[in-house]
Amino acid sequence: MSELDELYQEVIIDHSRRPKNFGTLEGANRKAEGNNPLCGDQITVYLHLDQDVIRDIRFEGSGCALSKASASMMTASVKTKTRTEVKQLFEQFHGMITGEQGDGRDPSALGKLAVFSGVREFPLRVKCVSLPWHTLRASLDGTGQPVSTEEGFTEAPKEERAA
Amino acid sequence: MSRDAALVGRASFDVERIREDFPILKAQAHGRPIVYLDNAATAQKPQAVIDAVSRYYAQDNANVHRGVHWLSEQATRAYEEARDRVQQFINAADRREVIFVRGTTEAINLVAQTYGRTHMRAGDEVLISGMEHHSNIVPWQILCEMTGARLRVVPINDDGELLLDEFERLLNPRTRLVAITWVSNALGTVNPIRRIIETAHAWKVPVLVDAAQAAPHLAIDVQALGCDFCAFSGHKLYGPTGIGVLYGKADLLEAMPPYQGGGDMIRSVTFEKTVYNSLPYKFEAGTPHIAGVIGLGTAIDYVNHVGLEALAVHEQELLLGATEALRRIPEVRLIGTAQEKIGVISFVIDGVHPHDVGTVLDREGVAIRTGHHCAQPVMARFGIPATCRASFAFYNTKDDVDVLVRAIGKVLEVFAHV
Repeated sequence: MSELDELYQEVIIDHSRRPKNFGTLEGANRKAEGNNPLCGDQITVYLHLDQDVIRDIRFEGSGCALSKASASMMTASVKTKTRTEVKQLFEQFHGMITGEQGDGRDPSALGKLAVFSGVREFPLRVKCVSLPWHTLRASLDGTGQPVSTEEGFTEAPKEERAA
Repeated sequence: MSRDAALVGRASFDVERIREDFPILKAQAHGRPIVYLDNAATAQKPQAVIDAVSRYYAQDNANVHRGVHWLSEQATRAYEEARDRVQQFINAADRREVIFVRGTTEAINLVAQTYGRTHMRAGDEVLISGMEHHSNIVPWQILCEMTGARLRVVPINDDGELLLDEFERLLNPRTRLVAITWVSNALGTVNPIRRIIETAHAWKVPVLVDAAQAAPHLAIDVQALGCDFCAFSGHKLYGPTGIGVLYGKADLLEAMPPYQGGGDMIRSVTFEKTVYNSLPYKFEAGTPHIAGVIGLGTAIDYVNHVGLEALAVHEQELLLGATEALRRIPEVRLIGTAQEKIGVISFVIDGVHPHDVGTVLDREGVAIRTGHHCAQPVMARFGIPATCRASFAFYNTKDDVDVLVRAIGKVLEVFAHV
């Protein structure tokens, strides 16, 4: 499979065209916005957080296939998870997409999210995939501040920063 | 002159020979030859420009307008000779009307913060168009915020053409300045700049022309245009980055306060009173980008050698060919279909975000720009977040257009499998 085919796998394009959990969430008690000013991607993540557990999550916005698919699959994978579990999952996911995976971690633990591993060969596109996750984290932290790919993405890969 | 020796001997337009002058065009991306179609963002540099910059640092480097020593004299002469070339290139009446700045953006900010601040009061108006680059929007917004002036915008139609009736309607006794692009960076539209200037002048309103996209394609004659200010960047004109030009009519520049204070822009300084230097130095505070200026002068020599008329014909053929080819692809929609266009073809592909198009094209070796092109209001006007933009230079070929079309086919392939 070419790097390009690995990036745009069928499941990714499918999620981008028919995203899961797309739209506003009634009764949401958390909300955060994220944007990538370089390419105009915008996302809003809505949460129903019960104590520490994500009872429900939806998102809306516009963006490229990668950001939409990432948001779609993220929402599917974090529902019913606790704040701590989500944080761990994001760390692992981020390690995979930036190619900075720590030793001894099992990529299979990411389950379906492993489909995004191909993005590590496309440093300029890492932000597209990570934007929904950063937005989710902001909504969990409840800062109420919009997140931007150009601020505070301190764990961006080196290549990305150089670009 | 030895510098020109490499440039002589081409009687007619021969794109393959011209390509030989641009070392980067031999480079590869992802194992494929680079097809560089992002010229509206920045143009590639001919060897003559690279050599001029390198020769300056290797042989002539010194500060300008300061030393009495030999090197400083060499550097100063090369720097000022480049000013003469720019003067001739835009047919300015006086070399003092050529101010070196960092680029178009700085030129516009300079006018906003000097001419603008001294001429604008609460209730006055600055008139721009709906197809401006952010650099011809934001400096005026900052000025309006400072002075209480109001920014007004001439709308464009669905083809991306300026609505001239609206322009005439919006001019009024409170209008203090018209700031407008000659060629749209996002759409390729060429505005009827002469008519715009004449109309504004009938209201005694001065006009700033953003010529960033025009300069690489069109002959600029500031006297024939009658424009009051004109701004362009060196790097889009095959010159170095970080250097650009502000042209201003001498009487306007004379009356304007300085933009920045520092060395070179003064005649005498005491703690009680400073007397500013004369034009153009009043606006060139600090050590300038000497190598950039010299490189820009060489770039202008190079463009003159290729010949503005010949390159315009070639580029227009490329644009028409690409437009025709893209129109034949049902999934492609062109954004910007003005009668008068130059250099730029903007498009979207049904169901595929421009960012994804850009990534697939990149893997095919094709460099285009995807995004909002620093013209978000244009995107909003067309109800899209972004476009794909292919933009041409005279070193592009019909083969480049073919590769672009094939690469778009690849995009459709990648995104068809669901």
